[in-house]
Amino acid sequence: MNKILLTLFLTLNSLLASADAGVSGQRELNLAAIVMFLIFVFATLGITYWAAKRTKTAKDFYTAGGGITGFQNGLAIAGDYMSAASFLGISGLVYLKGFDGLIYSIGFLVGWPVILFLIAEQLRNLGKYTFADVASYRLRQTPIRTLAAFGSIATVLLYLIAQMVGSGKLIQVLFGLPYEIAVILVGILMVLYVTFGGMLATTWVQIIKAILLLSGATFMAYMIMDHVGFSFETLFSDAIHIKGTDAIMSPGGLVSDPISAISLGIALMFGTAGLPHILMRFFTVSDAKEARKSVFYATGFIGYFYILTFIIGFGAIVLVSTNPQYLDIAQGTLFGGNNMAAIHLSHAVGGDLFLGFISAVAFATILAVVSGLTLAGASAISHDLYANVFARGVADEMKEMRISKYATIALGMLAILLGIIFENQNIAFMVGLAFAIAASANFPILFLSMYWKKLTTRGAVIGGTLGLATAIILVLLGPIVWGEIINGDATKAIFPYKYPALFSVSVAFIAIWFFSITDKSETAKEEIKAYEDQYVRSQTGIGAQGAISH
Amino acid sequence: MNQEVYEKIRNNPKFHELVTKRSKFAWSLAITILSVYYTFILVIAFTPETLGASIGGGVLSVGIPIGIFIILLCFVLTGIYTNRANNEFDKLTEELKAQARAENE
Repeated sequence: MNKILLTLFLTLNSLLASADAGVSGQRELNLAAIVMFLIFVFATLGITYWAAKRTKTAKDFYTAGGGITGFQNGLAIAGDYMSAASFLGISGLVYLKGFDGLIYSIGFLVGWPVILFLIAEQLRNLGKYTFADVASYRLRQTPIRTLAAFGSIATVLLYLIAQMVGSGKLIQVLFGLPYEIAVILVGILMVLYVTFGGMLATTWVQIIKAILLLSGATFMAYMIMDHVGFSFETLFSDAIHIKGTDAIMSPGGLVSDPISAISLGIALMFGTAGLPHILMRFFTVSDAKEARKSVFYATGFIGYFYILTFIIGFGAIVLVSTNPQYLDIAQGTLFGGNNMAAIHLSHAVGGDLFLGFISAVAFATILAVVSGLTLAGASAISHDLYANVFARGVADEMKEMRISKYATIALGMLAILLGIIFENQNIAFMVGLAFAIAASANFPILFLSMYWKKLTTRGAVIGGTLGLATAIILVLLGPIVWGEIINGDATKAIFPYKYPALFSVSVAFIAIWFFSITDKSETAKEEIKAYEDQYVRSQTGIGAQGAISH
Repeated sequence: MNQEVYEKIRNNPKFHELVTKRSKFAWSLAITILSVYYTFILVIAFTPETLGASIGGGVLSVGIPIGIFIILLCFVLTGIYTNRANNEFDKLTEELKAQARAENE
């Protein structure tokens, strides 16, 4: 570990040196940002060192020993959700389109109450380390785990590429670092956090970042409200005056037709309930009670955060778009693109020092989110594929942990490589595709395994695979990939909708239903019979991990 | 945990009470939030101007307080569920477990 730390230190040193030399970046370098970022990195490496000493068993590695409290887990879940993409993306969307940004935020939030009411406690009561534990509880391990692992890895990789590319570009703008170095730095740090500190380090990195981000955003919103004399009336009328139109106060072109609107809603809602790195967080708390509290706090923090981003977006219209210092006249946008609205706003309300703070927080956000993703991906490989499929559930625990560390390193290298390959590609479809796969492959199997007695292995495997395939094919034939990327024109798409979830989720549910009810095999009968016992455990937690001793 | 224990719990009227009460409660809350959200989405899709209408001739449009209301509703409903589940339902569950343990000894 010392060797790695040394290499890292040298890299950071050369960064500082290049900072002094003032490399090509679009923005001049901000020493405050670099210093604050370094403080964050050293603090989190310290946490990783502390966590490494406490991470001895597989349970420690995957779930931080199950000892995270509901409040802490709520912050960590909120942290997973408040990625740099959602902080910068949603405030940028509000800056550009006003009300449409709010529609998006609401879509991201409404999944949470549904997860609480229908999924959270059952998940906690039935699972151990991954959501595949729940899906395969009474079904055949090999096919279900393989499919669930495949769905998890696909979701994680797509999400990871989107985060890596976004982070490289963001860091390029914020710190003036070359893109490749930024991506490599993010990759190395996340591998360090995960391999040495496991879930404990990943959770605490996420908690610290969530607190920093919430405080920074609160300060920005406060300064905006201070500027307008704490009157929303003034804030909105100033923004309308500057934009020259009141279109920002009503729904615009974001969701143009009913099918897209419903499809986006389904993708956001069910997608959230199928994201492996989010589902995994439910195993880090001691029981169903703490799992419920986690969602309650997470919903509060996320909702508060979205209200802040809404104010920040409007604040940027008033304070940033009127200041030529932040405008890229040639492009007709803000410097670094319109997603930089929140970053420029931090400078407008708090000067260089606060800009440094927010830039460092944005970087920290990326690190924390990619670490959570990598841990979820590595768990799917080591716990689902290796321990339960390859070793048929009789794997040595130490060996399983070793595999998960190799998997983390492999995922880290893959993320760096793909991040560099996709630098200049249009990756807008990737997060959408990740949500579509989570909603169409992971969620239906998970949900029906909890609630539908007649679910059989055959139904789950065929339906889940069809859902997965439909989501991928429809995204490939859709406006972004077939349209913009291949033919240079969104209207040339074969499949006209940007969000395939309405169709792919329906395909998954119908196919699971059909291939389950027509399954008359002996194993199917046993699987249906096993539902009764599973139901008692899912409802009461009797026999659950860490709830009762055997 | 063996099957006998599960069997006993299944036949306990308390288990039936717990499951019925909780699923009724959980599903009605889930349906509430789903109908609020999809009504909102359908209004956006079919009559976006409804949400753009000004409140009392001022700059504020109808859509903004409604949007903020949905965000708050999510928080309030999760609070209501967590509160009832962590008290009433967990108490029932504890009683069930205690009975199961007693019968097992």
